[in-house]
Amino acid sequence: MRKLASDALDQLTLGATLLGTGGGGDPFIAKLMVQQAIEDFGPIDIVDLDELDDSAQLVTVAVVGAPTVIIEKVPSGREFTDAVRALASYMGRKIDAIMPVEVGGMNTLIPLAVAAELGVPCVDADGMRRAFPQIEMTTFTLGGLTSSPMSLADEKGNRVAFETTTNLMGEKLVRGSAMMLGLANALASYPMTVAQAKTAAISGSMQYCSDVGGLLRDVQRQEENAWDRFLEFTEGRIIFEGKIIDVDRRTTTGFARGTVTIEDFADPTRTMRIEIQNELLLAIEDGRPVVTPPDLICMLDFETADPITTETIAYGQRVRILGLPCADEWKRGAWLDVVGPAAFGYDVDYVPLKG
Amino acid sequence: MTLKIGIDVGGTNTDAVVVDADGKVLAATKSATTPDPFDGIRESLSKVIADVDREQITQAMLGTTHPANAIIQRRDLERVGVLRLAAPASLGVRPGASWPKDLLATIMGPAEIIRGGNEFDGSEISPLDEDAVRRFAEKCAGDVAAVAVSAPFSPATYDHEQRAAEILVEELGADFSVSMSHRVGALGLLERENATILNASLLGVARNVVNGFHAALVENGLSVDAFLTQNDGTLMTADEAVRFPVLTLGSGPTNSMRGACSLAGLSDALVIDVGGTSADVGILVDGFPRESTAAIEVGGVRTNFRMPDLISIGLGGGSVVRVGENGVAVGPDSVGYRVVNEALVRGGSTLTLSDISVRSGRLTDFGDPTLAEGIAEDTVRAAMTWVDDQIRIMADRLKASRHALPLIAVGGGSHLVPDDVPGVTEVVRPNNHAVANAYGAAIAEASGTIDRVFRYEGPGREACLEEARNLAIEAATRSGADPTKVRITSVQEVPLSYVPGQACRVQVKAAGPLAS
Repeated sequence: MRKLASDALDQLTLGATLLGTGGGGDPFIAKLMVQQAIEDFGPIDIVDLDELDDSAQLVTVAVVGAPTVIIEKVPSGREFTDAVRALASYMGRKIDAIMPVEVGGMNTLIPLAVAAELGVPCVDADGMRRAFPQIEMTTFTLGGLTSSPMSLADEKGNRVAFETTTNLMGEKLVRGSAMMLGLANALASYPMTVAQAKTAAISGSMQYCSDVGGLLRDVQRQEENAWDRFLEFTEGRIIFEGKIIDVDRRTTTGFARGTVTIEDFADPTRTMRIEIQNELLLAIEDGRPVVTPPDLICMLDFETADPITTETIAYGQRVRILGLPCADEWKRGAWLDVVGPAAFGYDVDYVPLKG
Repeated sequence: MTLKIGIDVGGTNTDAVVVDADGKVLAATKSATTPDPFDGIRESLSKVIADVDREQITQAMLGTTHPANAIIQRRDLERVGVLRLAAPASLGVRPGASWPKDLLATIMGPAEIIRGGNEFDGSEISPLDEDAVRRFAEKCAGDVAAVAVSAPFSPATYDHEQRAAEILVEELGADFSVSMSHRVGALGLLERENATILNASLLGVARNVVNGFHAALVENGLSVDAFLTQNDGTLMTADEAVRFPVLTLGSGPTNSMRGACSLAGLSDALVIDVGGTSADVGILVDGFPRESTAAIEVGGVRTNFRMPDLISIGLGGGSVVRVGENGVAVGPDSVGYRVVNEALVRGGSTLTLSDISVRSGRLTDFGDPTLAEGIAEDTVRAAMTWVDDQIRIMADRLKASRHALPLIAVGGGSHLVPDDVPGVTEVVRPNNHAVANAYGAAIAEASGTIDRVFRYEGPGREACLEEARNLAIEAATRSGADPTKVRITSVQEVPLSYVPGQACRVQVKAAGPLAS
């Protein structure tokens, strides 16, 4: 068990922004919530799965809704504790610890604030170690764990709990209910025991996020060998460096889609195309897929190494594109059906970044 | 022919120009900036109008750094009550979160989050708790100089902010100041609230500046319409500026860029302003600076103002040049304005970029060129290559498309800018570039903006954009633009993820010359 204090948050937030792969909501608001929670309830306990009893009850907590709504209707805090309590009461079980569902974007930090307020530890594990747009896209699903029963709550005290036959159906019900509940809601889902989590969760993802954030901070401070250390730790690659020459955004139901085209600095005949569905999902160079989901595509400002979110991508930006391999825990069962290129409607094969 | 005065109060100098209706500069002056805005403005005014027909002057425009400096130096700021109409939403982040502690201590009075505010679709989060507003007013009485009121989605639905302001004024008196967030900022509740608090805190500074401006005009026998320039390079009336000083914080660089562009007779161009220590590059599209998408910090507080997208690097006439084992290194340190004494060509002992510029023939009439003869050819070549590379990269980073644009070079160090820059059609060096800021203020236009979420499903995208354009034009006309000359200067659409009905955030700006 270790304590998380306010001064460790900047590194974690930077890591979360990077692992958000351009989406996942603005972690800045979530960081402010965690700071306030630490101020009000004290430092937060972070535990590894090994430190808890196998029978201990876990639940994941996340904010769901629209990032643009969340920057206006900032969370109350109460919707999260309400969602967890609603689920506990529905299940008739006490919740022993909170776990993030995705370590990437603002949902990396939200569970910390919830754990502080509920007075329980937060588990250093999750089901993605990146951000994905839908809640069934988890290693939990691949491990045969169900996302239900789950509960959704708003800040006013409205709560709904439901059970579904598939995790994809759970996603649909959550999305539909969130629209009626103001699009800035708390979701408690994937109730599981520690024993179950050990079979399906990605352990140590918070630590990974914090380490990656620290290594990226070193890059930003232009410390010696910072890039080498970053790439060695993540086993990632710099896949392209150039200037954005086209941004094409499309409004479709539910998702912010788009295509970004980048031209190589030195050789204008080399271009990379990146497909967006909330996150940066697919990188193609000269018609050949280079990074495919679930591997991560991260876009950094070429000069400052700040991660760029998909909403702020603009013509003329000078960028560096990284490809980071996904967590090994993804590679099991029908993983490509759940988070491979086909799951996002892309007619290409998965191209492993690693090995 | 009617004349206009433009004044720019910078950190070091106060510049003033008189411009005729065709944009011709009739007079220009520079004086030292004074601690009391009244003194410096009065002196510049009397100097600049000395030789022009003051009867012809109809308008005076002021751009000033006083409010910005007040925040940076924590000076003359007033204590503010903060009321957020949002509960039960937003309780997870209290007002003032992540502010610098000294600024919090200076500004923050009572702060509360009470019931009220709206959802993204315009419905109420909860009805406004009017009793809580009255109780809050009681706490504020005698304690704070102003109150900042904010609420979720107020840029679209602001009834609650308006009603709360009415109640506060009922309780605290008709002359009590209330700043409402929907008049100050765009989407992003916390950033907008921050901006509104800063605004309320600056009201005293603003009154002082505007009263000083009016007094200086009267004392010089000028009976004219008075305006201040805003962050985006457009105008607000002096009476508006008294209520929204925070909107003037970033006007300096904007005025400089717009002034440079207009002096050069261009509306789409890159602008480089090279001083003694650093160079700023920005881009103008249809006569306005392209705005940054990143969050802007003011005095350590995160806001969502739209500020010019500028790139700055340590490259100026005073940049120090060093020759070492690993070649030639330039800056980032600089001798700044002391270059006139410290450069080699001026008999000093520091090798600066101005010396290099003299040796390479770009800078003439500056000191004694024979004093720079000892600099090795290799050093000159290496330093100039570095300068040319930096300017090329900055210009390239800002360009909005592959289309080549002209580059306007202004400022005391602009001799360093080469005549040929790759990707640039030509380098333009306009007359009067030393007073580009004041000129930018003199030629400023009135504008209006809207920033709202529209749902395209149903009415359709075109109908929504049409409504947005009309709202922006109405807003510009309200700010004094000539209705027959208003034009749309920018439209931005960002589709929203997870929101039904093809929701899209639409930002539109309209601008036009002042109605005369």
